[in-house]
Amino acid sequence: MSRYKASTPGTYVYDGEIARRGFGLNKFAYSLADHGAREAFLADEPAYLDRFDLTLEQRNAVLRRDWLALVQLGGNIYYIFKLTALGSPMKMSELGAAQVGLPHDEFVRRNTVRGENPWPA
Amino acid sequence: MARIIGGIGTSHIPSLGPIIDRGLTQTPEWKPFFDGYAPVQRWLAERRPDLAIVIYNDHGLDFFLDKMPTFAVGAAAEYPPGDEGWGIRPVPTAIGDPDFSWHAIESLVDDEFDITICQELRVDHGFLVPMNLLWQSDWPVRVMPVSINVIQHPVPTPLRCYKLGQALRRAVESYDADIDVVIVGTGGMSHQLHGERAGYLSRAFDTQFLDLLESDPGRLTELSRSAYIDGAGAEAVELIMWLTMRGALEPFVRRVHRFYQMPVSLTAAGLVVFENMAESRR
Repeated sequence: MSRYKASTPGTYVYDGEIARRGFGLNKFAYSLADHGAREAFLADEPAYLDRFDLTLEQRNAVLRRDWLALVQLGGNIYYIFKLTALGSPMKMSELGAAQVGLPHDEFVRRNTVRGENPWPA
Repeated sequence: MARIIGGIGTSHIPSLGPIIDRGLTQTPEWKPFFDGYAPVQRWLAERRPDLAIVIYNDHGLDFFLDKMPTFAVGAAAEYPPGDEGWGIRPVPTAIGDPDFSWHAIESLVDDEFDITICQELRVDHGFLVPMNLLWQSDWPVRVMPVSINVIQHPVPTPLRCYKLGQALRRAVESYDADIDVVIVGTGGMSHQLHGERAGYLSRAFDTQFLDLLESDPGRLTELSRSAYIDGAGAEAVELIMWLTMRGALEPFVRRVHRFYQMPVSLTAAGLVVFENMAESRR
């Protein structure tokens, strides 16, 4: 059990345990920081994923672009974010809305209202 | 002797890059935000520092999770922008100062900071967006990037980051050249990008952070990393990089400027400019 865990639900502090689980997934995501790799991935996603050490669950989450599952399966948000650049790029707030499961406009409105959170006691 | 004239804290929100590149900074949506940077741009134009130490974090551009340095210091002659997944942005290549960098590296290691030395380093939005916000499209300043790991836990403690700032000040003040240095801490403010808690923001946390950063930064070094994560959002742990900036300044500083807007993209954006008291009197 990591000493750096947050107490807040819905938070996956990127500690050693998650990092070990997500290493192959993040290695795949990191590879997309190259134009040729992005083209190769989009041309044949399953074949491209064969080059990396992903679990079946991780592989399916990539193919379905299931953003919350990618995080839960060990994806680090900064590496997973590279997947959002493919095709018509997503905004960071769209990635947030997709994980929370809200329409984008509603998500943004809610954040602004909820932004009045207190200083920790 | 070299001296630190002041410090700047600024967010480094990635979505600002395309806004700048597409010339949208004066649109009704974005003008209020970019206007918030006019006073710091004027201050920099007046003070004209020779060198900027930029404390930032790599977001999976030049560092992968295979080897993650806690503190990495640039020693290169130049720092080119890299491809974060969207192609390479049309920004200048930042110019380094290897003489200063090697002096700072020796000083830091003698000071027991066991940093990673980078003779080649590509930089991402964590570095580039602050350069755009502070110096716009033309960067008349040499730089030394310092990358802090805030991605893979355990990240360094807030106190350690503050002490790194103190060590950077000793490095500057022991450099035998008549240069003015500004130190820039980047990242934050409150935000969480991942999980069911994505979208979390806290104006109260940010306000208190900005107040204490100015008047009593020791209090901020006493907060645990978990307190930053719980109080300001998981990715707001980046604020420890502002503590490095503050550690490099005098205990008492004069505030030149402060600006806050929430939200910008998925993040609360903050800006502070502090001047060392000795500089204010010059």
